[in-house]
Amino acid sequence: MTLNSNAPSGPLAEKWNNHKFNLKLVNPANKRKYDIIIVGTGLAGASAAASLAELGYNVKTFCVQDSPRRAHSIAAQGGINAAKNYRNDGDSVYRLFYDTLKGGDYRARESNVYRLAQVSVNIIDQCVAQGVPFAREYGGLLDNRSFGGAQVSRTFYAKGQTGQQLLLGAYSAMNRQIATGKIQSYTRHEMLDVVMVDGKARGIIARDLVTGQIERHSAHAVVLCTGGYGNVFYLTTYARGSNVTAIWRAHKKGAYFGNPCFTQMHPTCIPVSGDHQSKLTLMSASVRKDGRIWVPLKKGDNRKPEDIPEAERDYYLERIYPSFGNLVPRDIASRKAKEMCDQGRGVGASGLAVYLDFSDAINRLGESTVASRYGNLFDMYKQITGENPYKTPMRIYPAVHYTMGGLWVDYNLMTTIPGLYACGEANFSDHGANRLGASALMQGLADGYFVLPYTIGDYLAGEERKEVSIDSPEFVAAEKSVKDQLQKLLSINGNKTVHEFQRELGLIMWNHCGMARNENGLKEGIQKIKALRTEFWNNIKVPGVGEELNQNLERAGRVADFLELGELMMQDALQRNESCGGHFREEYQTPEGEALRDDDNYAYVAAWEYKGENQPSEMHKEKLEYEFIKRSQRSYK
Amino acid sequence: MSGNMNLTLKVWRQKSQNAQGAFETYEAKNISPDMSFLEMMDVVNEDLIKAGKEPIAFDHDCREGICGMCSMYINGRAHGPLKGVTTCQLHMRSFSSGETITIEPWRASAFPVLRDLVVDRTAFERIQQAGGYVSVNTGSVPDANAIPISKENADEAFLSAACIGCGACVAACKNSSAMLFVSAKVSQYALLPQGNVERKERVLKMVSQMDQEGFGNCSNTEACEAECPKEIKVTNIARMNREFLRAKLFS
Repeated sequence: MTLNSNAPSGPLAEKWNNHKFNLKLVNPANKRKYDIIIVGTGLAGASAAASLAELGYNVKTFCVQDSPRRAHSIAAQGGINAAKNYRNDGDSVYRLFYDTLKGGDYRARESNVYRLAQVSVNIIDQCVAQGVPFAREYGGLLDNRSFGGAQVSRTFYAKGQTGQQLLLGAYSAMNRQIATGKIQSYTRHEMLDVVMVDGKARGIIARDLVTGQIERHSAHAVVLCTGGYGNVFYLTTYARGSNVTAIWRAHKKGAYFGNPCFTQMHPTCIPVSGDHQSKLTLMSASVRKDGRIWVPLKKGDNRKPEDIPEAERDYYLERIYPSFGNLVPRDIASRKAKEMCDQGRGVGASGLAVYLDFSDAINRLGESTVASRYGNLFDMYKQITGENPYKTPMRIYPAVHYTMGGLWVDYNLMTTIPGLYACGEANFSDHGANRLGASALMQGLADGYFVLPYTIGDYLAGEERKEVSIDSPEFVAAEKSVKDQLQKLLSINGNKTVHEFQRELGLIMWNHCGMARNENGLKEGIQKIKALRTEFWNNIKVPGVGEELNQNLERAGRVADFLELGELMMQDALQRNESCGGHFREEYQTPEGEALRDDDNYAYVAAWEYKGENQPSEMHKEKLEYEFIKRSQRSYK
Repeated sequence: MSGNMNLTLKVWRQKSQNAQGAFETYEAKNISPDMSFLEMMDVVNEDLIKAGKEPIAFDHDCREGICGMCSMYINGRAHGPLKGVTTCQLHMRSFSSGETITIEPWRASAFPVLRDLVVDRTAFERIQQAGGYVSVNTGSVPDANAIPISKENADEAFLSAACIGCGACVAACKNSSAMLFVSAKVSQYALLPQGNVERKERVLKMVSQMDQEGFGNCSNTEACEAECPKEIKVTNIARMNREFLRAKLFS
């Protein structure tokens, strides 16, 4: 199969408008004859569900939480980018496009990224109209802050809870449609398979997480908005329930997986403190605007940070990157933190941390201004570490935070399975090899509010307007295979818990496929995962039965999928003999230790095809053509 | 490790919604004070599974205090002893070795127990569906800066909108009232021009749904505010009462 991105031709700024005009339409009276299933209700899923229901389609939404409002978009802190140029500081759609493409180290599709920048302005309008209480200035207009990878202030925010407020906005729009009956919301439900009929996605198999009942749901199209798969690393900033299962099972049914190895380490997380930890907590990237990052100049300097004089501190980001300073993109900030710690200049008990110091900002702005900007983050830090960041610098270290990879989609957000779409973090589309701060919220809402509602009609217009039966042999077979897998997990009755397997897998991923990767390490990692997977299917212990609320059974299925995904991520990292964005191969770096891209050989999207259990996956390439901008070595100096 | 604690837990166990529940006692040994409360529960559950017993079911997700999924009534208090903190952000350094900790689900007739510490909060969903929105479709909205909003009102609306929908207010209230939850949403929109057009219908519909769900009345004891992990103020309830009265009088 050749990959066709379906990206429209023509001038960059006209592509999306022309494309929208060329898309087929479904007449308003016919929309109610089409059913759409949306899995996941974060920003992408909730915005898509509300918008499609408003258009008149029948929508069913599914989420594993007890309410759509709890999807992990809720935890996004810093803000959302939009090219409004309200600050008169030189922002434009083109600049947001350029920053995003450059920030992603030129591994994203030009046409997609331009569209994202274009619709960014509509998102802010939409959210304000819904009653999202963004931060404002005294004159009553919207406030902005600056973020990594940009030299303009284009980030809209609601304290450190922007994701929460945007999600509650989309959730409110969903609720309005639930009240009209256009959306049926299935909470505490987990999708366990995509059902294919005649080569098209026609429904899902889901498990009611309260009763354990396995259900069949049919539709004319299925949309996966199930977020990222970073929990393959176990200790991450993701919610505990975040998982790869929906997109992985779609992958096994034929959806190609794009750039699985592209993982983002967030530079400003609270460091690991012990082996009891179940997750890592992020301090929003926005803190880098007012906080200064440093380590002691001398190795092993274990004086208290307050006792280290200015002259013996190394503000290394400001030193190496004078023009962007502490606001370099996340991949660079993370890698440099690791480098400092590798040099023996890390701080804290583990030596795996750097300081994030607010004392200058507190002196300049006063404690109350700093508190109004970051109060909730400071409280959270204090609660977790027992230290007061108003008095002593925070300690931070990178943690897994986002996955740029995901299901491969074309310009219409359709996967390689006809009728199966992927939106938000679940797809691979817009961030290339590294995502800029405040762009995840932008992409999730762009896909859901302003892209999918147009593009899905183009597909549905060609589909028969009759209900899809759930009694077909395909549904029966899919249901059986789901039940068989659950039964198998319950029947092994081995000696190791799901928790133990997930931790072990996470450690393998972190050590072999983390912030720095190399050929030998990846090859070794693949062998370790294969062995762990074999052990899993022989020695897993899942208590209880299938026909009840059984949290270990839920998690076991997810870990089984992570155990397959992890190997694919390593294979992908192994084939990409270059460094780009968050993918750093130690063999490929400049003399200064920066990522060394190889545009001649690796300017492509790696789209992996599943070939069957324990068969090597096959890689397909979508070549990335740059018609409008010239690729260059990224420089933030 | 030195400084680690041994605790006794009295935990509510209930197989399913219609089953009879009861307290069971467990020992939590060698607990680090740096663990979060839920990490301590993870340790207890691992031990239970290894011993061939059923682990304790409890809701949790983000583990950073924002999703509102975690609940737990700890020693008679929603989300435990600290102010402004969810159970997932409560750390074991707030307890001392040798202590007995009682852990129950939210207790309210509108929140039936599904299993152990997991309750059904879909009543909250239905209240939101009754009117917790501004009726705007995607697209065709004015520019975001077309309507200035005073910083004061925007900030206050934000504080109301910061509710995480966890249900602690209901659990803390002796009447199982949902007034704080409902009033937070009503207030957010009442404070913003975008919410103005539908303010009457909204408050009437949301309050009516709240009553239908079987939540109790507010008797001004303010336990809700005291236990709310996001410190939502009871002034929201006063505002909702004004909104309600106004809607009734002028409808």
